[in-house]
Amino acid sequence: MSAPTAKSAPPAHIDLQNDLPGIRGPMTFRPETARPLNELVDVLLRGPHTLTPGERELIATYVSARNDCRYCQTIHGAIAAHHLGGDEALVLDVKRDAERAAISDKLKALLVIAGKTADSGRLVTAEDVERARALGATDLEIHDTVLIAAVFCLCNRYVDGLATWAPDDPDFYRQRAALIAEHGYTASTLTASPGISPHHS
Amino acid sequence: MPHIALPEGLPGITGGFAFRPDTARPMRELAEILLRGPSTLTSGEREMIATFVSHRNGCDFCQLSHRAAAAHHLDGNYELVDAVKRDAEGAPISSKLKALLAIAGKVQQDGKLVAATDVDRARSAGATDLEIHDAVLIAAAFSMFNRYVDGLATFTPKDPAAYDAMGRRMAKEGYVRPNG
Repeated sequence: MSAPTAKSAPPAHIDLQNDLPGIRGPMTFRPETARPLNELVDVLLRGPHTLTPGERELIATYVSARNDCRYCQTIHGAIAAHHLGGDEALVLDVKRDAERAAISDKLKALLVIAGKTADSGRLVTAEDVERARALGATDLEIHDTVLIAAVFCLCNRYVDGLATWAPDDPDFYRQRAALIAEHGYTASTLTASPGISPHHS
Repeated sequence: MPHIALPEGLPGITGGFAFRPDTARPMRELAEILLRGPSTLTSGEREMIATFVSHRNGCDFCQLSHRAAAAHHLDGNYELVDAVKRDAEGAPISSKLKALLAIAGKVQQDGKLVAATDVDRARSAGATDLEIHDAVLIAAAFSMFNRYVDGLATFTPKDPAAYDAMGRRMAKEGYVRPNG
């Protein structure tokens, strides 16, 4: 894969002192805040759970698409597909029309809660929560759906508010997704960790 | 009533924190670094950004508690915090903070709204890259905290005195505390 270079990276709003794409630019610029952010995302998307990593990444992708954040929806869509046996079509279906996608009714109900949370937390109604619960969602699953949606409202705004850049090549995201699926968010953000060969360098 | 069975009586975000300590820890750390960590922006200025964003998101618990925290950093000057909420451009704050609040207000809506001219304005008023970064991330972080608090329909105390006490604690003891 061709390596993104400083020349190919359009300038962000501030001098990030690196040419890494998406959230990794500001995370490398400010490691103090990157650490808790990565820990939070690791717990939510990769920690022990009754929702699969694929389902949780679909929630992250759905919210990022709704917020129109190109980098986040593409990388999390690729990670979701990686967890779902490479099913990129399913990820696209969920982004386009979750109610008609080939996912469980419980996940559909959770995506409704996630979508409302993304618009405004105050839009989530008792009926939305009852629907999810009637389809088998636990309080922890509902809690984590709300928090995943909220966290990606942070990530999307962080990425876009600083005008970070996003590669065009779909293979960039596929390869990066495989790395994150194996090593996690915390480890994959470090650019020079032993045992991790980042694709951008 | 909260949407899920949160521990009873805990106000706002502390209910969610008590329900899920594994996610509470990094969220508390993030708030601590952004609002109270070493910075060329004062904690009062940073809490005003947090209050401004929470107010615009209509999150009563967050805007009232951070309003109080900001005031406690500013010798009890609630009037100044309220002036910023009402009309940041007309408030008696620095032109740099006004420019950072303009950026924060756009991030609150959609990060893509932040224009190079917004950033140039902040820079001309003396803002550093780190200050601009942190203004963006504070606004983004409160776009998360606000949705977490409201999306779970957490308990919002009605008594203003409760927020004054909370704000004092947030300002003096911070966000990473042994007993919540």
